[in-house]
Amino acid sequence: MQSNAQLEYDYSIVKAFTFTTILFGIIGMLVGVILAFQLAFPELSNLAGEYGTFGRLRPLHTNGVAFGFTLSGIFATWYYVGQRVLKMSLKESKFLMTVAKLHFALYFLTILLAVVTLLMGFTTSKEYAELEWPLDLLVVVWWVLWGVSMFGMIGMRRERTIYVSVWYYMSSFLAVAMLYLFNNMEVPTFLWAGDAPSSMMHSVSMWAGTNDALVQWWYGHNAVAFVFTTPIIGMIYYFLPKESGQNVFSYKLSVLAFWGLMFVYLWAGGHHLIYSTVPDWMQTMGSAMSVVLILPSWGSAINMLLTMKGEWQQLQTSPLIKFMIMASTFYMLSTIEGPIQAIKSVNAIAHFTDWIPGHVHDGVLGWVGFMTMAALFHMAPRIFKREIYSKSLMETQFWLQTVGIVLYFTSMWIAGITQGMMWRAYDEYGSLLYSFIDTVTVLQPYYTIRAVGGLFYLVGFFIFAYNIYKTATAGRVLDREPANASPMAS
Amino acid sequence: MFHWLEQRPFFFAVALFLTVAFAGFIEIVPDFAKASQPVVGTKPYTVLELAGRQVYIKDSCNACHSQLIRPFKSETDRYGMYSLSGEYAYDRPFLWGSKRTGPDLHRVGNYRTTDWHENHMMSPSDVVPGTVMPAYPHQFTNMADLATAYANANTQKELFGVPYDTEGMVKLGSWADAEAQAKEDAKLIAADMKNQSVKDAVAKGQVPEIVALIAYLNSLK
Repeated sequence: MQSNAQLEYDYSIVKAFTFTTILFGIIGMLVGVILAFQLAFPELSNLAGEYGTFGRLRPLHTNGVAFGFTLSGIFATWYYVGQRVLKMSLKESKFLMTVAKLHFALYFLTILLAVVTLLMGFTTSKEYAELEWPLDLLVVVWWVLWGVSMFGMIGMRRERTIYVSVWYYMSSFLAVAMLYLFNNMEVPTFLWAGDAPSSMMHSVSMWAGTNDALVQWWYGHNAVAFVFTTPIIGMIYYFLPKESGQNVFSYKLSVLAFWGLMFVYLWAGGHHLIYSTVPDWMQTMGSAMSVVLILPSWGSAINMLLTMKGEWQQLQTSPLIKFMIMASTFYMLSTIEGPIQAIKSVNAIAHFTDWIPGHVHDGVLGWVGFMTMAALFHMAPRIFKREIYSKSLMETQFWLQTVGIVLYFTSMWIAGITQGMMWRAYDEYGSLLYSFIDTVTVLQPYYTIRAVGGLFYLVGFFIFAYNIYKTATAGRVLDREPANASPMAS
Repeated sequence: MFHWLEQRPFFFAVALFLTVAFAGFIEIVPDFAKASQPVVGTKPYTVLELAGRQVYIKDSCNACHSQLIRPFKSETDRYGMYSLSGEYAYDRPFLWGSKRTGPDLHRVGNYRTTDWHENHMMSPSDVVPGTVMPAYPHQFTNMADLATAYANANTQKELFGVPYDTEGMVKLGSWADAEAQAKEDAKLIAADMKNQSVKDAVAKGQVPEIVALIAYLNSLK
């Protein structure tokens, strides 16, 4: 055991990942807004030849926000939260510092290569696992590096008991490792090309047809779980009590919610395959477990809301608290909406429609986006040792983005249910009432509203980026680290 | 027990992994052996069709089109017989999609023609007014990658036992055989097309992406 003197934490890696969070956030969200406008105004689809079509851009959007923006945010907060709750500093280990730097460098390289190769059309077609095999190998390397840094840091800890946040980061590391490996089992085809001059980049899936679908959605759903959910819960468990100065409401509830979530989440993947050709019992299991999933999800969310017990006035005074409470609220919305969509008869209408992207986005914009940005706001005064540049810009951003999210999901609810009902409508003679194109043109107004909502969110993100940039460069210098509420200039 | 685990990261991680992996073990492992047996009449894709399938993937057609007809009357009326597991036995990767911004394509070969696809891919809004689909003129000038399609097929044959070169199935042979066959197949498609530059290219022994894509779409039945 070393002395208990104030530890000097190393934030260089945190800063690097903060930068990529913002950079890939801008790229990913910008592409998202372009896609939204393309659906509302299709003539925008052909402005950049084959590189500007919806099909090419869509994987760029999903990978950009999931593995660019969100993962960067997760890594940034891990290196910040990890050092602090484990009571160790990266400065104490040359080895771990090198691992962390390598982790960042390889990660950054991979995402840049991902942008280029996806635009060129190198994709496996599997959602959120589009990257071709050479990039997959790179991902494995830096994922392992993250694990080495994580368990290395845990090994060096001075705090004997591991805090809740670390449980969640750990779960993210372990589960994604397992899921990613199995879903990306693929064989580079040039190895069996004979004398044909084939591409080096192409690979073929180890699994075929229904099995491939099963593995894909076991992965796809749980990539959502262990990228968009668990590490974000890890963040809120650290940043909300820290920023508000309140203790977590209930330890027991956090244990229950954690282990419950870990056990139930994987089962729910089957709800992506309802009425498909996978065995019925898996569909039913996926459906039932999705409903059970409400309990651990709401367990965490309620634990966070009750943490504010007696201190609700902070919601009025601090935009940072507002972001986190709104994030938790959107998490509750999203985790009740998902199970509803997983009920078989509802799924029959909702599946394949815009209600699904609607659901995804109240989760990612409201929960993941708000919590990640809140975490960056909280860290900024501590890593840059400066006051947050502007509270009023934070307020503006908050309301702009909140309105954007509401426009997004309400329009997509209406669009999805409208389309789902039209697909199954019959006339009095027993013929289908609508041709497919009727069910597309009817969506135009909703697509427009959605695009505007997305644009609001993107503008808010630019305000966020500007605010962080000004904080780092022009914020008032702080002489000591704030204990709780982050200082912000009006 | 939880307090104990929370102070022992190794055992914590083991317990965590087992809890997470449990569902996958129960759900996925048992069914792997028996699922995806081909239904009678299902054949592996030809090299030209596989090249078209690669175009389909390259341009992420699956981002907007499903290939999964659910067992509802409203779907079988619109798209044809509902999908069976065995029909996908040679689909690597599967292309069910998760969103129908456009209609399902699992049996599009039954009700659309080469001519229809040619016009539609060049300018969707001329064929279907009000469509939100982008135009794909680049598929008329980019060449399909037959060599990779061959490698794709040969990998499936050698590694996964897909029955190429067996009685009544698709003949693959050497790369030279396969290339010659794919170019012959391309001529049949091009014969039904009107675009002069595509016809000229095929006559010269080249295969534009659109020809391969149409061959693939026509095979979906």
